[in-house]
Amino acid sequence: MFQMTLLFNATLETIYMVFVSGVVAALIGLPWGVVLYTSRKGNILAHPLLYQVLAAVVNMTRSIPFIILMIAVIPITRVLVGSSIGTNAAIVPLSLCAMPFIARVVENALLEVDTGLIEAATAMGASVWQIVCKILIPEARPGIINGLTLTVVSLIGYSAMAGAVGGGGLGDLAIRYGYQRFDSKVMLMTIVVIIILVQAMQLFGDKLAKWYAHK
Amino acid sequence: MITLEHLYKNYMTSRGPITALRDINVQVNSGEIFGIIGKSGAGKSTLIRCVNLLEKPSSGNIIVAGQELTALSVAELRAARRKIGMIFQHFNLLSSRNVYDNIALPLELAGYTQKQMADTIMPLLELTHLTDKKTAYPAQLSGGQKQRVAIARALASKPQVLLSDEATSALDPETTLTILQLLKNIRDTLNLTILLITHEMSVIKSCCDRVAILQEGELIEENEVGEFFTHPKTDIAKNFITSSVLQHLPAAIERHLLALEQPDTHPILRLWFLQGTATQPIISEISQQFNLHINILQANVEYIKNHAMGIMMIALKGENLKIQPAIHYLKQRSVQVEVIGYVPNDIAV
Repeated sequence: MFQMTLLFNATLETIYMVFVSGVVAALIGLPWGVVLYTSRKGNILAHPLLYQVLAAVVNMTRSIPFIILMIAVIPITRVLVGSSIGTNAAIVPLSLCAMPFIARVVENALLEVDTGLIEAATAMGASVWQIVCKILIPEARPGIINGLTLTVVSLIGYSAMAGAVGGGGLGDLAIRYGYQRFDSKVMLMTIVVIIILVQAMQLFGDKLAKWYAHK
Repeated sequence: MITLEHLYKNYMTSRGPITALRDINVQVNSGEIFGIIGKSGAGKSTLIRCVNLLEKPSSGNIIVAGQELTALSVAELRAARRKIGMIFQHFNLLSSRNVYDNIALPLELAGYTQKQMADTIMPLLELTHLTDKKTAYPAQLSGGQKQRVAIARALASKPQVLLSDEATSALDPETTLTILQLLKNIRDTLNLTILLITHEMSVIKSCCDRVAILQEGELIEENEVGEFFTHPKTDIAKNFITSSVLQHLPAAIERHLLALEQPDTHPILRLWFLQGTATQPIISEISQQFNLHINILQANVEYIKNHAMGIMMIALKGENLKIQPAIHYLKQRSVQVEVIGYVPNDIAV
């Protein structure tokens, strides 16, 4: 029973970390991806320098392994949450890690939109803002949803890693009970819960993307 | 309604500058369907995209409904574009919106209320025969239906001008005809001015009032459509016309065709009935006057606007002495005669 309570709390912590960091990352990553796309050469807000800078930041951030990023940003985490340990502290590196990933995923989803649609909208007298809101994002929605699903699934994995340095959640539980106390029952249960979480997330994402695809 | 003056478009490519359009001058009158025909790569798409400035011309003036478009600010240009509808080869419908919402798009952009939208869209659905497809998504529609949605969408903001960029090129011939018929209806009921580009002579033939040929970035021949078919001025125009009424000799004759006259042969002629001659019984006249046997191998008479034009291939059999006077007579009656070759008399034609 004690184990079940532990597992339940750890699951809630994981969901909390993934949810908050996912939302924060999406809030920054979505516009970042849109700007990446629109500032591309030959695109509606073509700005080669801006594109280069944004793309370089994406590549740099994405090349740092999460376990290193997590430790490297501790000073920032301290400033933002006041502590470098715990679930809230884990949210900072998780968000930072997911942001550029979402930006790229959104950019790629937007690149899939037929440029003929942008042309048609321009011919109708649409402004750049209208093209983004009424054409690009709705048309790329299934791709964006698939990308966000992918991000959330990755975040579930990374959140377990955050557990290794006292971040709480299922990873923390697995390491403290399953690994350090040789409690293979807890270990097994955390694995099962993580698999269920990932499966549920993927299923939900697929259904949502399909709903929006209208194919 | 649409005036293009001294329009030039130059591109810079890695191999140097290319002139895509050279000194284009076009005047499309109000309520007219004006067609521009040209082969691929002639610059048709660039030309029509210049009319609403999707493509910025290098120099020249574009005047639509009395407004000089090249002089407008960004916001003014957006407003002007709302009054210029456009349809495309690949329809360019939003897959995320159903038929009704696709047609609503230009109205949303212009800030209409839901009620105003419904009042505008319902008659358009009726006009384009899409009322029962209102809630269907583009993926569920046929090509012809998609283009009808695109036409309804282009008409939603009540434009005075409609641009058609190869709108029927992705459709089968039958659907093409229904779309062209729809365009004609719209022109008649809404007094719209339509500028279309195409590579198909059949499109020009079945719906245009006037036509111009675009060849390597230059407009080389412009005429009223009936005149264009009956009095083609350039060889390129003639080629377009022949290709649209393409005729081949039967294979049996083709095989025995001789370039020069020899004993015991008879001529094969191609006759062009252009200036009003297609409606006269000229063939029967020469048959009777010169006592010749005339075998019609191929014949095609087209009625374009109020003009009839015909192309015919015939074999002339009879006394050799009477054949030359018969050809002379045909020419006198303004029939254009072209001797394709000679076929031995013993070949069954």
